[in-house]
Amino acid sequence: MFDHLLTDDQRMMRDAAREYAEKRLYPNAEHYDREERLPDDLLKELANLGYFGMLVPEAHGGMALDPISYTLVIEEFSRACAGLGITVSLQNSIVAGLLVRFGTDAQQAKYLPMVASGKMGAYSLTEPDAGTDAGGIRLSAKPDGDSYVLSGSKTFVTSAGFAHFIVVFASTNPALGSKGLTAFIVDRDTPGLEVGKPEHKLGIKCSDTRGLSFSDVRIPKTNRVGDEGQGLKIALSQLDHGRLGVAAQALGIGEAALKEARQYAKQRQQFGKPIAEFQAIAFKLADMRLKLDAARLLLDRALRLQAAGERFSTEAAEAKLFASEAANWVADQAVQIHGGYGYMKEYAVERYFRDARITEIYEGTSEAQRIVISRAVLAED
Amino acid sequence: MPTSPHTGWWDPKVEDYRQEVRQFAEEVVAPVAGQMDRISEFDSNLLSQMKQKGLVSLLCPADQGGRDMDSLSYAVAVEELSRICGSTGITVAAANSLGVYPVDVFGSPAQRSMVLPGVAQHGEMIVFGLTEPGAGSDASGTRTNAVRNDKGWLLNGGKCFITNPHFADWIIATAVTDPKGGPRGISSFLFRKSTPGFSVGKRESKLGLHGSDTATLHFEDVQLEADAILGPEGEGFKQFMKTLDGGRISIGAMALGLAQGAYEIALRHAHDHLGLTGGIDEAQGLQFKLSDMATRIEATRHLVYNSAMLKDAGRPFAKQSAMAKLYASETGHFCTYEAIQILGMEGMLADNRVERHFRDVKLCEIGEGTSEIQRIVISRYILKEVEQMTAA
Repeated sequence: MFDHLLTDDQRMMRDAAREYAEKRLYPNAEHYDREERLPDDLLKELANLGYFGMLVPEAHGGMALDPISYTLVIEEFSRACAGLGITVSLQNSIVAGLLVRFGTDAQQAKYLPMVASGKMGAYSLTEPDAGTDAGGIRLSAKPDGDSYVLSGSKTFVTSAGFAHFIVVFASTNPALGSKGLTAFIVDRDTPGLEVGKPEHKLGIKCSDTRGLSFSDVRIPKTNRVGDEGQGLKIALSQLDHGRLGVAAQALGIGEAALKEARQYAKQRQQFGKPIAEFQAIAFKLADMRLKLDAARLLLDRALRLQAAGERFSTEAAEAKLFASEAANWVADQAVQIHGGYGYMKEYAVERYFRDARITEIYEGTSEAQRIVISRAVLAED
Repeated sequence: MPTSPHTGWWDPKVEDYRQEVRQFAEEVVAPVAGQMDRISEFDSNLLSQMKQKGLVSLLCPADQGGRDMDSLSYAVAVEELSRICGSTGITVAAANSLGVYPVDVFGSPAQRSMVLPGVAQHGEMIVFGLTEPGAGSDASGTRTNAVRNDKGWLLNGGKCFITNPHFADWIIATAVTDPKGGPRGISSFLFRKSTPGFSVGKRESKLGLHGSDTATLHFEDVQLEADAILGPEGEGFKQFMKTLDGGRISIGAMALGLAQGAYEIALRHAHDHLGLTGGIDEAQGLQFKLSDMATRIEATRHLVYNSAMLKDAGRPFAKQSAMAKLYASETGHFCTYEAIQILGMEGMLADNRVERHFRDVKLCEIGEGTSEIQRIVISRYILKEVEQMTAA
């Protein structure tokens, strides 16, 4: 992910995304934040540019990008607007990625072109009592002839407000706990499925977050993804990809915050010189760069393993954990360097400070990452 | 046994007063705190109840009909209000520490009796204007100026990030009276808000403390009488340094309250929903976070109360108040941050109080001297101490 390690194609993807983000996203990000939504025409435009089909095979209307090119785009979008960054990341690596990895031919033929053309999906695992512990999932799916019938509810579903379908995890065998989970595709207009009101959040406000309720939602058996009981395996595999997306998002927020802080520190004069010339500020800038570069190295390592078809779960957890903690620290220091101005909404660092916070929570909290990493450490001998 | 959750070597009467403010905070402030944050406006009914309760005039001296509250009880009041609502805490902290205090301490007998009885009896509020776009950490960048004329002083310029101006009745503003005088060229002025040429700009949109009123002040040929100057000419710099020494205790108390409020919610969540009881086999990642939060809050409380008690005893307290403000605000940041972490996604939601406290407490690391400025202040004291030890 460092410039000198990129191929020409990767550099081209990054530069195109950066140019688009700077021109089209950055100037509007404050407005999207205030309105707490992304405009429909922006989503349509992104679909037309191919940004929802980055990981979709060409045969289904996508770009089939390599993991590094794709991640660079997510970072660039997140620099300009973190809420948009996660919205795009979700469609690509989570929704489309899941169908590419686990969907049947029929499912891929139906849903992948939809995603690539901007008829988006959503992904729904979390429930009020099943966050870090997926074994607590209560949404039930009971077989009935050629169908399954789903009952229960889900919470914190990203993009649920405009999704045309939802990939949802339900329990087909409650006695087995997390081993009884199964994944399904539920079309948005299926009777019995209700989408809740948007949640008001601390950050990434323009991304759409809602709850879902299922009352006897009947779906065809052909909408099952993978086998019964394979849900946990699918969800965990998705988490690995999701974590790379969040790491890229965190990196984008951190880079954006560092850029604003650097520019402000050079231009703001106090005590007769630019504040960048005081060690208290200069050392902050040094540490900000250090943490972001270290995060980028960790992410780069995970991506190169992924590109080579190797296992990358632990590396993804490390990259996500480090990048999210770095982003929060960097955004906080950027506010601090801006002083009183940093507390005001006119300055972008105020938004970065809020947007960074979620990166330590979703796709597994920092505590969940430490569990993953510690298990790997203990297995090292 | 006292019912107060906090015990230490301070006067137990303080804990009785805590219960009184806590009741007000829980019964009167809590029901409107979320709404004030959402609509970015202080509740006018709450403000009148705060005035009735004397919360905006706690530091008013007895000789002007005031309550003359000690610094420790005052810190506890700000702490308890902030435990429920940071905007309420800072409104009280600014009105007292930055408003009442300088008039009481630096005002002439005529100024004190002109301003303070209205504060004590009717809850009139005084606003303190120091910061300017070019004068943040470095007050020598002050551009607002006061020029002597035959009627007194002509004031021009402006201030930014000022707390409470829309509620104010009186204004204190620093201005350059001698452009060549450096820090000794700055003086403070005290005048009625209704003085022609003075105006308050629009309310700022902020990261947190949405209920708290923050706005710009504008001075366009504000004609002041000769006796509008607060204390002697050229003392403005010294005055606000001294004012901020005390103000830092109240910002420390505010951060303490915000930390306490978030911590209590996280503790309750960990106990009721995550099943934590303190056993050896539980999620230590969460257990230890809570232990660290509780420990830092306890340390903060001692730092804040100790600097208040030093001030009450008439002893030097400026180093301690800088330390208290620095440590309290960083503790507030830590505790609200970890409270969100313990609550997970729920902690991110705007209708959850930890989300609000997280945004609110960030101000404590910036206002009344950033954490960087506190570290400079502390370094000056400790390096002076080592010099004195060398000399002795």
